[in-house]
Amino acid sequence: MISVRGLRKSYGDFEAVRGIDLEVDAGEIFAFLGPNGAGKTTTVEILEGYRERSGGEVSVLGIDPQAADRGWRQRVGFVLQESRLVPELTPRETVEQFAGYYASPRDVDETVRLVGLGEKADVRTAKLSGGQQRRLDVALALIGDPELLFLDEPTTGFDPSARRQAWEVIGGLRRLGKTVFLTTHYMEEAQALADRVAIISAGRIVATGSPEELGGEQESRTEISFRMPAGVGAADLPDAVRVGARIDAGGVSVGVDDPVPLLRELTTWATQRGVGLPGLQVRRPSLEDVYLELTEGARADGAGEDRK
Amino acid sequence: MTGRALVRHQFRFDQKIFWRNPAAVFFTALLPLIFLFMLATLFKDNEISGLDVKGATYYVPAIITLAVISATTVKLATNLPAEREAGQLKRVRGTPLPPATFVAGRVGNSLVISVIMVALISVVGALVYGVTIPTHTMPAMLVTLAVGAFSFSCLGFALAAVIPTAEAAPAVTNATVLPLYFLSGVFIPQNEIPDGVLNFADAFPIRHFFEAMFTAWDPNTTGSGFELGHLAVVVAWGLLGLAIAIRLFRWEPRR
Repeated sequence: MISVRGLRKSYGDFEAVRGIDLEVDAGEIFAFLGPNGAGKTTTVEILEGYRERSGGEVSVLGIDPQAADRGWRQRVGFVLQESRLVPELTPRETVEQFAGYYASPRDVDETVRLVGLGEKADVRTAKLSGGQQRRLDVALALIGDPELLFLDEPTTGFDPSARRQAWEVIGGLRRLGKTVFLTTHYMEEAQALADRVAIISAGRIVATGSPEELGGEQESRTEISFRMPAGVGAADLPDAVRVGARIDAGGVSVGVDDPVPLLRELTTWATQRGVGLPGLQVRRPSLEDVYLELTEGARADGAGEDRK
Repeated sequence: MTGRALVRHQFRFDQKIFWRNPAAVFFTALLPLIFLFMLATLFKDNEISGLDVKGATYYVPAIITLAVISATTVKLATNLPAEREAGQLKRVRGTPLPPATFVAGRVGNSLVISVIMVALISVVGALVYGVTIPTHTMPAMLVTLAVGAFSFSCLGFALAAVIPTAEAAPAVTNATVLPLYFLSGVFIPQNEIPDGVLNFADAFPIRHFFEAMFTAWDPNTTGSGFELGHLAVVVAWGLLGLAIAIRLFRWEPRR
């Protein structure tokens, strides 16, 4: 569906995308994840045909999007990061207008219902909530019955319930057999929706895999943390804990490969001293931790703002 | 859909959007009528010296000039930059809709609004102020209207192409057309305007469009009323606008 080799894009001296490779297969929901300014929007706009690349090979539906024609646009749908609706039209009318642009569009009313706007079909779009407007964006991307959909940060700025509703709609695209290329800076979004994730940071792909695989790479490290019990100093901690632990005002945390022996030592020590271990937590890193760790370096470099 | 059906489809939605927007209807449709009532009432019996017509007869073609430019240049040059900035043009560009069809829908929309306005102004002029609707110069009036609406639509796309932001659009557009209305005799009868000023206004298309429209409405016109020289200047400006629009028009917001 999508194949990218060595993609580069520079704006003057600034290299927004520094040689990335991507492969997206038919029927999968692919999440392109990264912080603002990492090169996500630049990349997706090159794939959509809105922007010319500086180097590398790109093929979307077998065509170079730089040479995209009407036939190609029949087969793709876009939800752009920022694109307001026409306030004077209703959702039904808006979808009907866009249906006219395609050779074999989906049914208008069914598509409006599919994105959960059945009851709002005849209300002016100006009166819809942000979440409802975004779902109408998805309906417009879907009305041409495309094989491939690009969703550029579809839930940015949403409250949790609007986000969940949007996720239901996007998840539903899988049942329609659509291939979805989703960009997001929300880890939970990638985790909730995607079959595969690529993490981009400062113009480079720093990790790819299923959400499980990405979380799993660092699975071996488990973090044990607690607050320092009253009347106990760092020197009082058992050696096994003290060595390699981070001790600060917030408490003690230590990363280990196998948490079981260390926990036994720690709890034995606490029992013997007759102190508690307030706020004791044993946790494996989430995908979020992996993401933060992978993208942290780039942030410290002061990567530029998102070039749009 | 065939090409023509798609233009009709696009035009139908442009019309729906226009009539549902109270601000657009006020500025494009009502404001010219308000000007007509004001000016024609104030000056209806004043003889316009040198032209040998009454004030009301002068102001009907003058306000038609205003109305056509409002429905074309002003409307396009204020709406398109706003739609570009809102990402609406970018979204449309991502669909299979051919750009030419989009443009045709908009020009058709402006043309139809212009025709409606000319009809309204003519009827008000005839019924309220006793202005004679042209008969033997009617073909000249319609040709002038068509040529003007197309040319001023092209200029609207040209202005939309060079105006950078939605915020700048109304200011730039009004700063362009309002002084030219005054200098071209649309608001002030031309016998009150010094020759030098009229010569300056002759460099721009508004004055020529008005003169061609005036001849078609002038009861003293003896021939068919075609002002080919004036229309040629209007067309030349339209083609210049078209060239600028083709070169510089952008669908995506500037950032």
